[in-house]
Amino acid sequence: MIRRSSKPISAAAAVMLDIESLEVSYGAVRAVRGVSLRVSKGELVTLLGANGAGKSSTLMAIAGAVRATAGRVRLDGADVSGATPEAMVRRGVVAVPETRDVFPDLTVAQNLQLGAFTRRRDQAGVLRDRDTHFAHFPILEERQNLPAGNLSGGEQQMLVIARALMSRPAVLLLDEPSLGLAPIVVDQIFDMISSLKESGLTILLVEQNAAKALAISDRAYVMRLGRIEADGPASEIAAATELKALYLGAEP
Amino acid sequence: MNPVQFVLDVLSLGGAYALMALGLVIVYGILRLVNFAYGELIMVSGYTMFLVSGSGLPWLAMAGCGVIMAIAAGIATDYLAFRPVRAKSVTAVLITSFAFSTLLQNAALLFISPRPRAVPLPELFSRTVEFAGVITPVRNLITIAVAVIMLGVFSWLMRSTALGIAMRAAATNFRMARMMGIPANLIISAAFAISGLLAGAVAILWIGRIGTVVPGIGLQPLLIAFIATVIGGMRSLPGAVVGGFLLALIDTALNYTLPQDLLKFRDAFTFSLVILILLWRPEGIVRGPASGQRT
Repeated sequence: MIRRSSKPISAAAAVMLDIESLEVSYGAVRAVRGVSLRVSKGELVTLLGANGAGKSSTLMAIAGAVRATAGRVRLDGADVSGATPEAMVRRGVVAVPETRDVFPDLTVAQNLQLGAFTRRRDQAGVLRDRDTHFAHFPILEERQNLPAGNLSGGEQQMLVIARALMSRPAVLLLDEPSLGLAPIVVDQIFDMISSLKESGLTILLVEQNAAKALAISDRAYVMRLGRIEADGPASEIAAATELKALYLGAEP
Repeated sequence: MNPVQFVLDVLSLGGAYALMALGLVIVYGILRLVNFAYGELIMVSGYTMFLVSGSGLPWLAMAGCGVIMAIAAGIATDYLAFRPVRAKSVTAVLITSFAFSTLLQNAALLFISPRPRAVPLPELFSRTVEFAGVITPVRNLITIAVAVIMLGVFSWLMRSTALGIAMRAAATNFRMARMMGIPANLIISAAFAISGLLAGAVAILWIGRIGTVVPGIGLQPLLIAFIATVIGGMRSLPGAVVGGFLLALIDTALNYTLPQDLLKFRDAFTFSLVILILLWRPEGIVRGPASGQRT
């Protein structure tokens, strides 16, 4: 088994996101128990684990949407522990939760406009970015004046990712973007994540679809019962057969 | 019964009811909490107009003072009654909003008077005009005009401005709205400010019917607003407007049809009809957007 390495990931790459001993509890349930992880600038890191391993809670705690009971979150060197979700967005960290929350009664265009709420004084730039996303997802442009609730699951996933990007984040936290989508749409979503990484965005991804996620990731962490069990380069994690049982759900 | 008279009565009463309901539901939509101090915003506005009545200002300036104080009182409700306990528990907020309401009423009793105080009104408010063959008070036409303008501006604000769209988003899914970088405190304060603005307008129109202000003046508008939003749909802004006009239709129809000796029981008839409506549509007439939760 690949054990947690104590040596720095890479001396050269600057650490963008540095999580130290993060704890999240829901009442008596300790969902996250002392998780430490790092994501370097421009890196794509995947967080794997079975259901209930604490991946989503970790992600939501980093985004400020769930209050961490202990631990530290550093962003680009600055301590942002306990920041509100809106403060995290202003600092450049935006999360896409697995619940894929479009605002159903607002139009597609209004959903995108909301994503740029922190940039509302730069309307020209916002419109330019919106057109860029429309170019990537012509279906969103076609349906821009329809309520977002009318879109299919895959279209809604594209919309929430595009909406998150409208704030021009430095770090994107993606929770289960392929959940419940048709295989062809899943491929599109993963292509999109790859190209976001190419563009230099720092991404922390939580995925059940381990094979696909590892194929595009630089590194991965494996969580079990609220703790990090293993970490390493994505290719090594993918090759470590003894880990598969862990993140595919069965006990080893 | 003259149909023009009836329609004018429904529209003027409904316009006032719709504004009352909107002022309550704008805060409810976002916080999922009824602001029981809402009626006191109307009271604050009334007493402000009473206090400035000797100042010699033109009437519109006095009315402006009333509206501004209602907005200030709305924002103060947020800062004093809601914000300190908002994250803790729903019960705590309910109690603080009751407490704030009682505090304001008692302040009016103590520092002003339990007796009615005259509020300055322009002479226009007591005049009548002939309109389409019926004689109607000018203030009814003013009420209709103010309601139409305010509902129009409000609708534009919620549809076309960044703040309005953000408020609608926050009403659907507060947590996700915050994850878009929309500050929770800004949205909530804006809701209270709009609530105060509507209460201020209602105060002028409502007190315009009576001419005086008493410490308990806010109770009836609060009740009307509450019933209108319940029948219209607590989760929907258009629902509040629909509920307001529907309630006005019921009240006016009963006024016209009930025999004289039953008229004092009008509210009992109104509430019976409200119960029937709720049995038919428990969620209210207009359903709100699919839900999210308050955080």
